[in-house]
Amino acid sequence: MFNRIWTLFKARNLEFLRDRSAFAWNILFPVFVIVGFSLIFNDDRQVLYKVGIIGSRPSAEAPGDAQMESFKKMKYIDFIPFKSEDQAVPKLLHHRIDLLIDRDKGTYWTSRTSPKGYVAERLLKSSADTAGTDLRKEEVRGVEIPYIEWLFPGILGMNMMFSALFGVGYVVVTYRKNGVLKRMSVTPLRPWEFLTSQIMSRMYLLLLTTAIVFIGCKLLYGFHVRGSYLTLLLVVCLGGFSMISLALVVASRSGSEEFAGGILNLITWPMMFLSEVWFSLEGTAPWVQKASRIFPLTQMIDAARKIMNDGAGIREVQSNILILAAMSLVFLVAGSLLFKWQKE
Amino acid sequence: MEPILEVKELAKHFPEVRAVDGISFSIEPGTCFGLLGPNGAGKTTAIEVIEGILQPTAGEVFYKGKRRGNSFKNEVGIQFQNTELPQFLTVKETLLTFRNLYDRRADLSYLIDTCRLEEILKRDNRKISGGQKQRLLLAMALANDPELLFLDEPTTGLDPQARRHLWDIVRRIKSMNRTIVLTTHYMEEAEILCDRIGIIDHGKIIAMGTPRGLLDEHCAGVTISLHAQIDDAVLADLPCRWFRTDNNVEIQTPSPNECLYRLVELGIDLSTMNVRNQNLEDLFLKMTGHELRA
Repeated sequence: MFNRIWTLFKARNLEFLRDRSAFAWNILFPVFVIVGFSLIFNDDRQVLYKVGIIGSRPSAEAPGDAQMESFKKMKYIDFIPFKSEDQAVPKLLHHRIDLLIDRDKGTYWTSRTSPKGYVAERLLKSSADTAGTDLRKEEVRGVEIPYIEWLFPGILGMNMMFSALFGVGYVVVTYRKNGVLKRMSVTPLRPWEFLTSQIMSRMYLLLLTTAIVFIGCKLLYGFHVRGSYLTLLLVVCLGGFSMISLALVVASRSGSEEFAGGILNLITWPMMFLSEVWFSLEGTAPWVQKASRIFPLTQMIDAARKIMNDGAGIREVQSNILILAAMSLVFLVAGSLLFKWQKE
Repeated sequence: MEPILEVKELAKHFPEVRAVDGISFSIEPGTCFGLLGPNGAGKTTAIEVIEGILQPTAGEVFYKGKRRGNSFKNEVGIQFQNTELPQFLTVKETLLTFRNLYDRRADLSYLIDTCRLEEILKRDNRKISGGQKQRLLLAMALANDPELLFLDEPTTGLDPQARRHLWDIVRRIKSMNRTIVLTTHYMEEAEILCDRIGIIDHGKIIAMGTPRGLLDEHCAGVTISLHAQIDDAVLADLPCRWFRTDNNVEIQTPSPNECLYRLVELGIDLSTMNVRNQNLEDLFLKMTGHELRA
């Protein structure tokens, strides 16, 4: 039994490592994205900004009122209301908003490291048309997260998602289409042994490529992990496992690569946009934010950011861990029950 | 001697076709049994039901006198008609991978030697020829040192030389007292390799026996082939059975002299004539009215 699993584990690893284009892509893609984004932001070409607003509209004599009215007329800026400073400042610290304005006090905050925050502040200043009535700048209190450190867990998670879903789903469907699975089905190999070998192999390759990317980017950008590496490893393992299990559900029966590719795209694209890989969902409709929680990628990125950016411990991310474990179990059971060796 | 494999009234029906329609046969240990028939006759479906890949609509399969149990997969070897090999693995790695899936394993050097894989062991699966691929697939089917070996059209698509190489290997395996079930649409292959054959068409076995016995029983005469345009009305006067195949007229007769006199009397041009002993292909034509290679 273990010999069969070990044999297929080794065979699949060899296939992956010898497919140099796939191997290189798994490592280079996230690095390209991170380097690309840092270059883009250095060029100040981002066009969409999120500005948090605390308080209601003050009296006409309040400081900065005319400037604020002018600022609000600008295009490509989303104004998000907040009830209190305590609620809004953490959003700024985590780059969910680029600028925060307290209309009652006539003050504003911005991130020191965020290129978007810098541009949003410049736009705010350019809105001042009456000398002496400008909003007054205040310093943010608390630990500010460099923007690249906020972005990194998202990119890493996205790379894991593609690797898990396409790396397992597509491979199993191709095996089924070209008859390799049929050939295996006439040996004493049991379905669960085959599935276990695929999960083990992809987990190993996921961790290997993620570790290479992680170490490479850490050397390149020198960012910090504020929490425990062990907790981060647990979250990454559970996140990867849940997405591999999801791939097994997709690949459980289909013998068409086109169909499987369509389903995988249907799953990966919403995850990519709604799991806060690239941008926060702050300011979107509440149902969108709630819906995004059903994705394993959302849970993994959320937990990874808490650990890496905030130094959260296992207790702070236990809900993410439990949800990921539950998702893994559900997907794994469904994938095993639905699995067929041959095309329907 | 107790048959190693016994098939009783086996049927496999799909919504629009009766692919296998009540076939029965039994196979003695150490012999080679061939299912001979044209494409679409039901050979592959029949063999896949026997192998346990497809569920039968009716009928039963007995292996060593019992229904197929858990040990069946460990004791039989199977080579499919169309199977791709895992990409990015070498021939040796592929063979080792599949060999390790069994509890019972054949000696690796025996597999390499029997299937003549020495020269391609380190070659990537994507870089081997069709004949080499078939030899590797055969080695994979032998990986568990099976008592019963299923070969589904093992030489289809191979050039004559590669086909003869594979025949040599199958004969070598047969000489080691292994039982082989073979499907083919090559009459010559069935004649050379099989101890007994079942001729299958439209899911039914229409004749069964040893190749020599079937020929003696059904094909005692000769076949006269004429590559000429001849009207049906003219041929209707012949005292023997005739068929049209491609652009030929094939005349089967136990009395060639009488038939040739009649052809001369009818004024038919015999310059394109070819006369030969009847073979299994003629038998198939006689029984079904269509060609084996159709």
